[in-house]
Amino acid sequence: MPWYAPRHLEEALALLAERPGLIPIAGGTDVMVDGNAGAAGREYLSLAGVANLRGVSETPLGLAIGALTTMTEIGRHPLVCRHLPALAASARVTGAVAIQNRATLGGNIMNASPAADNPPVLLAYGASVVLMSAMGSRHVPYAQFHSGYKETIRRPTEILGEVIVPFPPDHAHHYFRKVGTRRAQAISKVGLAAVLAGRPGSWECVRFGLASVAATPILACALAAAITGSDHSVPRDEELAEALGRDIAARDDIRSTADYRRRVAINLVREALAPWRSQGGFDASH
Amino acid sequence: MSNRSGLQAILAVPRVCPRKRGMKWVEDGTENALYTSMHDDTWGARVLQEIPLRKDGNEKVRGTARYVADVSYHGMLHAATVRTRQPGGTVVSITFDDHVPWSEYVVVTAKDVPGVNAVKMIEWDQPVLVEAQFRHAGEPVVLVAHPDPQALARAVAAIHIDERACATAPVFTIDEALRPETRRIVADNVYRDYLMAKGSVTDVETTTDLVFEGEYQTGAQEHLYIEPQGMIARVEDGVLIVEGSMQCPYYVHAALVAVTALPEDRVRVQQCTTGGAFGGKEEYPSHIACHAALLALKADGHPVALIYRRGEDMAVTPKRHPSRSRVRLGASHDGRLRFIDIDFVIDGGAYLTLSPVVLSRGVIHAAGPYRCDNVRVRGRAVATNHPPFGAFRGFGAPQSIFALEVALDGLARALGVAPDVLRARNVLVPGDISPAGQKIGGPLDMQRVIDQALEACHYHAKVEACHRWNAQGHAIRKGVGLATFYHGAGFTGNGELTLRSRAGLRVSAAGVVEILTSTTEMGQGMQTTLSRIVAEALRIPYEGVCVARPDTRDVPNSGPTVASRTCMVVGAILVQAARKLIARLCADAALPPSYSYEEFRAACARLPSSDGVTIITADYQHPAGRDWDESTFQGSPYASFAWACYVAEVEIDTTTGEVSVLDFTAAQEVGRVIHPTVAAGQIEGGVVQGIGYALFEEVRFGADGQMANNRVTNYIIPTSADIPPIRALFQESRHGAGPGGAAGIGELPMDGPAPAIINAINAALGTDLRHVPALPEHILAAMEGR
Ligand SMILES: Cc1cc2nc3c(=O)[nH]c(=O)nc-3n(C[C@H](O)[C@H](O)[C@H](O)COP(=O)(O)OP(=O)(O)OC[C@H]3O[C@@H](n4cnc5c(N)ncnc54)[C@H](O)[C@@H]3O)c2cc1C
Repeated sequence: MPWYAPRHLEEALALLAERPGLIPIAGGTDVMVDGNAGAAGREYLSLAGVANLRGVSETPLGLAIGALTTMTEIGRHPLVCRHLPALAASARVTGAVAIQNRATLGGNIMNASPAADNPPVLLAYGASVVLMSAMGSRHVPYAQFHSGYKETIRRPTEILGEVIVPFPPDHAHHYFRKVGTRRAQAISKVGLAAVLAGRPGSWECVRFGLASVAATPILACALAAAITGSDHSVPRDEELAEALGRDIAARDDIRSTADYRRRVAINLVREALAPWRSQGGFDASH
Repeated sequence: MSNRSGLQAILAVPRVCPRKRGMKWVEDGTENALYTSMHDDTWGARVLQEIPLRKDGNEKVRGTARYVADVSYHGMLHAATVRTRQPGGTVVSITFDDHVPWSEYVVVTAKDVPGVNAVKMIEWDQPVLVEAQFRHAGEPVVLVAHPDPQALARAVAAIHIDERACATAPVFTIDEALRPETRRIVADNVYRDYLMAKGSVTDVETTTDLVFEGEYQTGAQEHLYIEPQGMIARVEDGVLIVEGSMQCPYYVHAALVAVTALPEDRVRVQQCTTGGAFGGKEEYPSHIACHAALLALKADGHPVALIYRRGEDMAVTPKRHPSRSRVRLGASHDGRLRFIDIDFVIDGGAYLTLSPVVLSRGVIHAAGPYRCDNVRVRGRAVATNHPPFGAFRGFGAPQSIFALEVALDGLARALGVAPDVLRARNVLVPGDISPAGQKIGGPLDMQRVIDQALEACHYHAKVEACHRWNAQGHAIRKGVGLATFYHGAGFTGNGELTLRSRAGLRVSAAGVVEILTSTTEMGQGMQTTLSRIVAEALRIPYEGVCVARPDTRDVPNSGPTVASRTCMVVGAILVQAARKLIARLCADAALPPSYSYEEFRAACARLPSSDGVTIITADYQHPAGRDWDESTFQGSPYASFAWACYVAEVEIDTTTGEVSVLDFTAAQEVGRVIHPTVAAGQIEGGVVQGIGYALFEEVRFGADGQMANNRVTNYIIPTSADIPPIRALFQESRHGAGPGGAAGIGELPMDGPAPAIINAINAALGTDLRHVPALPEHILAAMEGR
């Protein structure tokens, strides 16, 4: 089985320009569980040894996270924990410890599963991604990255190089919750990330990312519009549910039901908005 | 999951200091003292004080244990199975594509079966290979083998089975099976219809103060042993040798003899290290063994390996029987049970296999450990077009106990009595007669078990705290629930009498004692437990005893490794064998009545024998006065029961319907603990499996009736992060029929967790859930409907 393991980015990009059929492989935690991983004709481009694709750094635009950075690194990184606590949280519930030691952020995005745990958070943080090829790099808002079920706008000659996450507003409320039935090694039935700052009438930031409620990870734009469009208070539950209903396309599948996903998604939205509800918190009992 | 606790058990055990050589083992022993009753308290006084390491621990921790998939032979062929796709029908033809060089392959169909084309568990109804008619998707039709796995895959893709579907729709549920106009798989779609009756329900029905009714359901459950099934067959010196992952070597042996028509002494079965079984390797290994053997025989005796991948294993091998129970409980105002009336039905799947015995155990346990003069339990096993359901830890009892224990909480609510009070008021005490007509003897005391459980977890304080918490309107709700139950050890009724097990000891001139038994180690700790029993009986160190590989050439038939019978039944036979050995050493080799280990070994060296080894065997002895009437379900169904009270504390997040088990208390009266870590490991592992049964594990069936979520990604079992602290508490009143008064405990812990957890959820939410698994989806819906 052909296996290329370049050490430099230029080398990797040149190889990919020559052989666009090469399958990039980072931690391999998705690639290797595919039953056909060893099938004849498959060729791999290992990114694991490529310098400069791994790590977290502070830039004027926000945090730049190399695509090869692992979940373990992200979950513990002081910059991530300080500025992007929801991302640290999602990294820490991706699979379990052994998986987190190998799984990369780039792999999680590129695998393009609607159930992946980190994409909703990146959507809520308004991240963008940098796609690199021998021809140069392009910078794409992450919200435009997933084009369909398991499809992205990546071209065969490109690799995902890094993810840029702008600093959220000070005092923002960061929310992440994965609902996956068990506490580890779970594929989410619903995942919600929210970054909220300001208050009714003067919202600075209202962004919700969701997993497992549509063919791709989604940014809930109708929901955000309903909230920012309501001047004096957070909209009533029915209005929130109606708006969210326009964002999501939940389905029945082997893991859960559309009905459960819709209900839980709205319950999580209410939980994320709880600090803006009337003083005494909220009552989730009905 | 018990692998987790198994591992814990291995790691947690302190090392034993080597004994001082030459120490007198029994200072005051006389001949007679050797033959003290097994129930005597001095039994176990010496060896059982220590906690030695597991016999199989080292090789498993170091990874040197060899499972069947680790075994390989020169020129070995790999095999695959081509199966039916529809839920019942007829095979019209089989086509083999031209592009494959078939002469390189070994291909087997029903035509190649030299003997009987069926495996008999109870009846000869399940074919080894489909001839024409079939009843479910996933039935084996063609077997194919080739030295190269990739070439094998190409052949599998080139074999086409043309099927004609049945004219009528398949039946997949108990209700569909019982409806008169649906497809008939067997007469009335009922395999067995049993009745256990005592007193008269009809006589008291109308005069009972309160009647509570409910319908309860339990789902199928997949064993998910860590090692998928597999066998390797080969012929050596004219003997067919089959080795693999299994619980019951002699079941496999009998199946091979029938299917190959070879004489018994030309068939040999060997167990490989087995990575978990839980009942799942009781029936099906016989099929895989026959498949591998048919291929090997056709391949001129070349070794053939038939190893299942996880997906195939989950799709086609048996699972726990789904069940439906209609329960009616009549009680007086003060909470005394006047009648118990239960209609219990299990889904047997497409062939009878073991369903009748699963059913009888379910029926006997259905009325629980309660005093009640009027009992009627009707039990039926029905036929559906699912692959057959089969043995799984608990064997029918977890299903019927779930129904009764959850219904009892319903009755408690209706009466306005606390659940623990209702149970205490009705639980059997010594002198009472059980629902099956068995007289309960002392010294065991179920009330003591209940008290121990409640005290250990501060039950009453917890119930109070949950009430206060829930009144505050948090999104998190809390609850406590309990279940009281017993589980009979050994084969049901006259089963042990029919089995007539035999086990033995092999002693070398060097004094090494090997246990000869067909009982298998599958992670449960049997080697450790039986070695301790023999060491204690011989009064030699644990290190001086080991267990021979279960190989039908070498070991007698001590029965299958099932039914919580190993310690109690096989252990007791081994004690007899040990006594015979000592008598022999005394008579023929001048072993003094009181001896040291050195003296024991010296005597072994003096034993006259032709080839340096001496084999002593002993046979099962049926306890006097243990009679059972199969037709009326009255008598003494089991030699002993283990008794238990389990308490679960849960927390439910009303935002998502997710349940966390916060704390679990498992108190049980087991007669005698032979090895504390092994015993605790059994309880913890069973509780974990029970938590999975209650909250996580849902077998989803596809339109073809096979398991659709046959992957570990989608069949959700609890992880270590989902498991609470488990408090395993033992009482040892020496009441059991096993060595030192031990009863069996292997299955017991599977019975209690599901009802305790569902009762806890209902207490927390005010819901009335009546089924498992109770998934978050169901819990959210139940909260809405409340
Ligand atoms: C047991 C188990 C549990 C899991 N649990 C979870 C979970 O809870 N949540 C979750 O979200 N995921 C889970 N996963 C999936 C997986 O671990 C993650 O998606 C992980 O982040 C993938 O990263 P990787 O580096 O291993 O990707 P790889 O397997 O190496 O690659 C994944 C895909 O991305 C492509 N790719 C990788 N890097 C690049 C790049 N830089 N540029 C272009 N293409 C690239 C590959 O070609 C491939 O298509 C689990 C997987 C396993 C096996």
